[in-house]
Amino acid sequence: MYDAMMAETISIIGHGGDQIEAYLARPLGPGPFGGVVVIHHMPGYDAGTKEITRTFAVHGYLALCPNLYSREAPGASPDDAAATARAQGGVPDERLVGDVGGAAAHLRAMPASNGKAGVIGYCSGGRQAFLAACSLPLDAAVDCYGAFVVGTPPEGMPLKVGPIVHLCKDLSGPLLGLFGADDQHPSPDQVAELDKALTEAGKEHEFHIYPGAGHAFFSVNRPAYRPEAATDGWQKIWDFYGRHLAG
Amino acid sequence: MCTYLTEKLGVEGSGKGAAGWFALSQATVYVDHPQHAPADHTLNIDFLDPQQGPAARVAVELTAQSARALAAAIESALAAVPPGLI
Repeated sequence: MYDAMMAETISIIGHGGDQIEAYLARPLGPGPFGGVVVIHHMPGYDAGTKEITRTFAVHGYLALCPNLYSREAPGASPDDAAATARAQGGVPDERLVGDVGGAAAHLRAMPASNGKAGVIGYCSGGRQAFLAACSLPLDAAVDCYGAFVVGTPPEGMPLKVGPIVHLCKDLSGPLLGLFGADDQHPSPDQVAELDKALTEAGKEHEFHIYPGAGHAFFSVNRPAYRPEAATDGWQKIWDFYGRHLAG
Repeated sequence: MCTYLTEKLGVEGSGKGAAGWFALSQATVYVDHPQHAPADHTLNIDFLDPQQGPAARVAVELTAQSARALAAAIESALAAVPPGLI
């Protein structure tokens, strides 16, 4: 099997017509391939997220990770950019939707695309993946332990990030949710509430809650990494995208 | 979790970053996932001059125990200063 792939930094059109930085990884075969928009976690457009993006390409997807902090910190290192974005109040929901929409459009317009585009997000990006899938026509979405889809953020939080469970009715495609049983953001009760809301809205979804895992269990470079949960989680992703995005 | 909670304050002084010394105008204090420290969560402090751009930053990521010890040491050091010195 021909398995060459390449990855590079490109510029795409994001929210409001802005040019933003993005990391594209793609198989070099002719396709057709499904597309995946990768939403980075709050620590930013970092080496770990770029590795995840390349992993999708290795598995036969066109993968594109927009740098959500392009505007606040163009050209800055990921950690400095994340600090700057946090100090300025974070990524507004409306802008996030515009940037993911731009990334999905870029993927669908690529010659090797099969016309399908999904989204995946981790941590704060999990909530953003859900938000994007409720706001844009996407073919599949994966929410990895996104907090504040359900539940009110702590008092005094400077970011305008509120619960968005009421958007369930607008979910445009199937949703895969991967969560840790020991996580408190989202807590198992909040995951159950989202599960119930999606069921009541008649939306296709499947949730997996891993015992012994907390928040950020996919992060290989952090103490939160849980190899059993992460390995099974990746298998769930390949199965899910295989049914809804591939070929 | 991503706490999102960020305390922001104006500061006067200087810090030494990747490009050398610069004047500080702002500090942010928050608890969240660290970039580098081997812990799930740390107390993070960024000393900044936003006008010079994102790279004008001195960052520390401390365990909660270390952060409390630092805060106490700062108070202790300031309390020991003779009246009128600073």
